[in-house]
Amino acid sequence: MSHRTFSLMIAACLFLYNACGERDRKGDLRFSAPTMKEISEDATYSKEDSSRANWPERFGFGKKASTADIIALDIDIGPDGKGLPEGTGRVKNGMLIYRQKCIACHGATGKEGPYDVLVSKGESDKKAIGNYWPYATTLFDYIRRAMPFDAPGSLNDQEVYHLTAYLLYENGIIDSMSVINARNLSKVEMPARSRFVLDDRKGGPEVR
Amino acid sequence: MKQKKISRRQLLGKMAALGLVLSQDPLGKVIQQGVPLPQNTDDPTKKLGVFPGKLGTRSSAEQLEKLPTFTSSRSPLQNFYGTITPSDLHFERHHGGVPVILPEKYELLIHGMVERPMKFTLTDLKRFPSVTRICFLECSGNFRSGKEEMTPQEICGLTSQSEWTGVMLSTLFREVGVKPKASWFLAEGSDAAVMTRSIPLEKGLDDAMIVYAQNGEAVRPEQGYPARLLLPGWEGNTSVKWLRRIEVADAPFMTREETSKYTETVKDGKVRQFSVVMDARSIITFPTYPVTVEKGWIEIRGIAWSGRGKITKVEVSVDAGRSWYPARLQEPVLDKAHTAFRFLWEWNGKETVIMSRAFDETGYRQPFYEELVAARESKGGYHFNPVTAWALKGDGRVFLDNNDFSGISWEK
Ligand code: HEC
Repeated sequence: MSHRTFSLMIAACLFLYNACGERDRKGDLRFSAPTMKEISEDATYSKEDSSRANWPERFGFGKKASTADIIALDIDIGPDGKGLPEGTGRVKNGMLIYRQKCIACHGATGKEGPYDVLVSKGESDKKAIGNYWPYATTLFDYIRRAMPFDAPGSLNDQEVYHLTAYLLYENGIIDSMSVINARNLSKVEMPARSRFVLDDRKGGPEVR
Repeated sequence: MKQKKISRRQLLGKMAALGLVLSQDPLGKVIQQGVPLPQNTDDPTKKLGVFPGKLGTRSSAEQLEKLPTFTSSRSPLQNFYGTITPSDLHFERHHGGVPVILPEKYELLIHGMVERPMKFTLTDLKRFPSVTRICFLECSGNFRSGKEEMTPQEICGLTSQSEWTGVMLSTLFREVGVKPKASWFLAEGSDAAVMTRSIPLEKGLDDAMIVYAQNGEAVRPEQGYPARLLLPGWEGNTSVKWLRRIEVADAPFMTREETSKYTETVKDGKVRQFSVVMDARSIITFPTYPVTVEKGWIEIRGIAWSGRGKITKVEVSVDAGRSWYPARLQEPVLDKAHTAFRFLWEWNGKETVIMSRAFDETGYRQPFYEELVAARESKGGYHFNPVTAWALKGDGRVFLDNNDFSGISWEK
């Protein structure tokens, strides 16, 4: 049996399966990786269009992305610290930058607003970094991509490191002498980490 | 006698300038007559109308407006008929304003755990096999209450529905060759927030799309021009607008919008994360505050939707939840789509409370406020989809009912 015939058969089976009102996926979150077969078989893509079995292996639209193309945009930081640039963050330096560039919107101690509260220590405080953020790496990623709100993307990596250190300190997570960097930021233990659970609801009658 | 031909343009110009009308004399000759412009006439048959134009207009009698705040703008659900949201009234929620992106400069980069990292221009995206589908988009922070004088727009106007056209994300993933170990991808926007969300690859291979058109034209700037991710049935924030980059990976990135925001506190002090599917919900959109109705026949109307599939049933109560009746659903009922429901009712003029509740194909029933509060030990937050009740006063005025349904049998 040729690969093509096989694909068509799978496509037909999927079609019948769907047509019976039985759906294999309901948009639910499954945290396991799809198998190689799911990704490589044409049939995976044949959910509602069996003609996809006739598609060329590749359409050839678009251009190959160069390493430079990728580096220019690839700014995300993973929870394991992947993507963090070189640099060191010091609490005292961070405090000075905070007073200059953040205080107007987040308040003298990070609690007064007018915008998001940035400092919290106990469970009873308003949700903020100290009692609600599960990963320290998110702080670096977010400040670098989006803050200051009215001048996004204006901070250099060094400033972002200092601000990250300062906010972790203000939230009672690191001490004033701590120095953070690409290797230790992901290891900072965030108090809220253990509170986070994955949504495992799948519909059905139970209200949760 | 020779008749002089008058072009339409000349005619319009003259008419406008001089208040001239054309008429024919008894021999059929076109003559011009100066007459006073018809003033203050409300008889449209006595006044020449507006000639065809380049853009349509909305009747000046229809005051349709979104309701903007610093962070969002709400759709006027109570003014809509059917289920498609006019594009200029689609709700807005963004975290750094609406960016200006030139279509010729647009590029989508796909990289990470793929065989061939690629970048696609808008023209490239449009060359791929295309798909059109209708679905709702709803912000997961779509619940407000607190006073009686609230419209559906104020309560849950952060939901809208469009017909979207674009390319299936699975088509692009096939083109770049996703590696077998991949299980998540990051979607990133090119707005001032450089919005990012981690999405399970499974959703990407299921019904995710990159859309460039909305209701027959290019996607509106507020909705992600020139191209956005569309994840049918999922909380709006995950359908990243102004999409510039997709990075395929084997773990979520834990961005700010999936940790500090768009998570909700649930029982035992826990925080529920990646709760991305929108639960079934319905709302009556007529009669609601601020309308006043008359005794007699009333068609109760509303919309119902579920992120987990199709709406299977909507029930309406006109006696404060003591009894429930099935409403008529407008066919075709679509997957993950606003579905119009209607319930014809003869109101006897006595004060009562009306409400609706939605059911979807997973067997889920839209819960009452108290049920959600009890289940989550929380009085609001993301993914709060309670039954909305409307108090109908004896004089026909309608108000949002305070959410106290104690004493109602929920399971009816
Ligand atoms: C012009 C006002 C403004 C300035 C200046 C500003 N911010 Fe913000 N910040 C905001 C707003 C508004 C938000 C919420 C944005 C959103 O939700 O999309 C925010 C959110 C944040 C958050 C996320 C809070 C959370 O719990 O999710 C952090 C962290 C933050 N800002 C840090 C900073 C730092 C550090 C600076 C200084 C470099 C700064 N901000 C300067 C307005 C500002």
